[in-house]
Amino acid sequence: MKTFRGGVHPDCKKESADIKIEKADLPPKLIIPLQQHIGAPAQPLVEVGDEVKKGQKIAEAGGFVSANIHASTSGKVIDISEYLYPNTMGRKALSAIIESDGKDEQDEQIKPYEAKLFDSDDLVDHIEGQEILDLIREAGVVGMGGATFPTDVKLNIPPGKEIDSIILNGVECEPYVTPDHRLMVEKPEKVVDGLRFMMKAINVNRGFIGIEMNKPDAIESIRKATGKYSNIKVFPLKVKYPQGWENILIKVILDREVPPGSLPLDVGVVVANVGTSAAVSDAVRHGYPLIERVVSVTGSGIAEPRNLLVKIGTPFLHIIEQCGGFKGTVKKVIAGGPMMGFTMFDVNIPVIKGTTNILALTDQEVKEHEPKPCIRCGRCVNVCPVRLVPRMIALLAKQDEFEKAEEYNPLDCKECGCCAYICPAKIPLVQLIQHAKADIMARQRAAKAK
Amino acid sequence: MSVLIAVGIIGIVSFILAIGLGYASNRFAVKVEPKVKEVEESLAGLNCGVCGYPGCRNYAEAIVHKNVDIDKCAPGERETVLKIARIMDINVENFVPKVAVVRCQGSNKETTSRFEYRGVKDCRMANSLGAGFKSCSYGCLGLGSCARACPFDAITMNDDGLPVVDEEKCTACGVCVETCPRNIMELIPRNQKFYLACINKESGKNVSNICQVGCIACKQCVKNNPEDEAGISMDGKLPVVDYDVIKQWDKANEVCPKSCFAFRKDNII
Repeated sequence: MKTFRGGVHPDCKKESADIKIEKADLPPKLIIPLQQHIGAPAQPLVEVGDEVKKGQKIAEAGGFVSANIHASTSGKVIDISEYLYPNTMGRKALSAIIESDGKDEQDEQIKPYEAKLFDSDDLVDHIEGQEILDLIREAGVVGMGGATFPTDVKLNIPPGKEIDSIILNGVECEPYVTPDHRLMVEKPEKVVDGLRFMMKAINVNRGFIGIEMNKPDAIESIRKATGKYSNIKVFPLKVKYPQGWENILIKVILDREVPPGSLPLDVGVVVANVGTSAAVSDAVRHGYPLIERVVSVTGSGIAEPRNLLVKIGTPFLHIIEQCGGFKGTVKKVIAGGPMMGFTMFDVNIPVIKGTTNILALTDQEVKEHEPKPCIRCGRCVNVCPVRLVPRMIALLAKQDEFEKAEEYNPLDCKECGCCAYICPAKIPLVQLIQHAKADIMARQRAAKAK
Repeated sequence: MSVLIAVGIIGIVSFILAIGLGYASNRFAVKVEPKVKEVEESLAGLNCGVCGYPGCRNYAEAIVHKNVDIDKCAPGERETVLKIARIMDINVENFVPKVAVVRCQGSNKETTSRFEYRGVKDCRMANSLGAGFKSCSYGCLGLGSCARACPFDAITMNDDGLPVVDEEKCTACGVCVETCPRNIMELIPRNQKFYLACINKESGKNVSNICQVGCIACKQCVKNNPEDEAGISMDGKLPVVDYDVIKQWDKANEVCPKSCFAFRKDNII
C-alpha cells in the first residue's frame, strides 16, 4: 500500500467510533462568534434585542475570504460583544449571544431547491456550477476539518489554474476524533452527494474519498454509496498520522508533490473534508445554512463518550454535561484532537464550525515532563512528514538565533506534532518551532510594510 | 658558527619582509577620517553591538556621517557621550542617561493564574499561548526572558516572580524593552524619581478583579498631583506621567488607592 515518508503511530483510542450520532439538547444560551473562519470577520446584521429565527443570517461575510454566520436556533439576541472562542492565541471575537426561546423555529426564507428536484439524484445535472457556489456561500459553509477556510472561496478557482480532481478527506488520523467516521457510516449518501455538487461546481470529473483502514465500516458504507458513480473512487489508506494532511493525501493518492509555499490547487487538486461535503449537500438541496455539526466528546475524563449533532454556539460545558459530565480529575480539555488541538482554559467557550472534537484528559494521562538535553537521535528528522530538521530549528529558536533558524525553513512546518510526540528527551519542539515562525513572520511583515 | 649563519639569514629575510610590510601598509592603507577615528576611540571599544551597529567603527561612522544619536554606546556610559559631544560639537547640557524600569507590580501574590502553563519557560512563548496564563493580560508573566536577555546581568527575578533592575549595572541598552512581549520594561530618564508601575488599559472594575495593585483609572493622581493635568493626564483608562513636568512626587501612593506608583530607590545618574 502506498504511503508517505515519516509520520508516527499514536494509539488510535477511538472510543466513540461505534456510538451513533445523537442530537444534542438545546442550550439556554448560545455564543455565536462572528469569526469562525479564516479571513475577515463577518459584519453583524442584527442588534441587541432582535428576535431571530433558526437559520436566519445574523452576520454577512466581511470580505471575499469570509463567511456568513447564521443563528443556530430561534430566540432573542441579548448581547453582541467580545467573547472567547476556540483558538490557540486566547483571542476574543465579536460574538452574538442568543437566548433560546425553546421553540427552535425555522426561518421561512430557508427553502429547498425547486420543489420537484430537490431530492432527486439528477439535480446535479440541472443545476449550474455558479448556482452551487452561490448557495454554498449563502449557507456560510467552511472547511469543517478544523481549518475553517470558506468553501466557496476554495472552489473559486483563479483563472489559469487547471483542476482535475477533488479529494474528500475522510482520513481522520488524529486519535480520539470520530465525527467524520460516524458521518461516513451513517450518512454516506450525503457525503457523496456533496462531493458530486463540488465536482460540478468546478467542472471536474474525478473524485476520490480517502479513508484510513481502521474504519472498515466507513469504507464499506461509502463504497456502497459511490457504487453508482464510476468517476468517484474510494481510496483506503494506511493508518498513520498525519495521513489526513492534504498535501500528504495528494502525494499518496495522486503521487503529486505540492511544492513548499504552494496550494493544492497549484497541482490541480482541491481537497475538502467529508463533513464539509455533507454541509454542501444540505446547502444546495435544502438551503440549510451551516448551523450544526457533529462533534465527538471523548477521553478518559468524559463519563459517557458520545457523538453529538451540536448547534454552533453551544458552550462546551453544556455538551460535556450531556455526556454524563466529567469523570475523575480532569486536567485538560482540548478542542480538537490531542496532536493538533488546543487546550482550552475555559469550558464556557462555544463550539464553532471547525470544532471536531472535545477531549477531556485526566491526571492519569496529562504528565509534565522536564525537557532533557537533545541527544541527537534523529527521530524527529525521521518522522517529519515535511522533511525538516526539527531539532535544529528548535535549538536555534531557543537561543533566539532566528536568522540562522530560517535557513532550516521553519515556515514549511505544519505543526503536526510528530517530532514532539516521538522526542525521547520530551523537548517541546513544536512550541519552539512556532516561536521561530512567529519571529520570522513578524520580520517579513515589517519588511513588507517598509 | 652555524648559529650565526642562521641568525644572519633570518635577519636578512625579516628585513626584506619588513620593507614589504611597510610598503603594503602605506600602499593599501584604509583611510579613516580623523573624526571617525576620534569618535571610535572614545567609544567603549567592546564591539558589543548594543548600539545596533555591527561594531564600534560602524557606529562611529554613523555618528559622523548620518547624524544618529550619540547616546547609544551603553557600556561607555555618560563619559563617552560627553567625549563624543565634544568631538561632534553637540550641546549635551540637557542630556540625561536613562534606566530601565519594570512597569508592573503584579507579582504572583497580587495576581492569579488563569491556567497552568507547561510549555517552554519563556515569556514570549507563554504569551502567544492563550494570551498568557496570568489573570492580567497586560502584566508581567514572570518567566524571566528579560533577565536572560540582559547583556549586563542587570536584571534578576525576585521570589515573587517579578524582575528587579540593578540600576548600577543597567546601561539602558534597551534589550529588555525589545524582549518583553508585553512591553512592561520602559527606559525612563535617570532623574525621574517615580513612575506608574501598571500598564493595564482595561476598566477599573476588570482590573480590580484580577490584580490588587493594578490601576483602576480612578483619576485621583490626575486630580491631586502637584502639577495638575500638566503633570499626569489620562490616556484612555491609564494615567500618563509627563516626565518633563513632574519628576518627583513622594506622596503619590498616599493618593493612589492601589499604590500603583513605584519609586526609584537609587539616585544613580
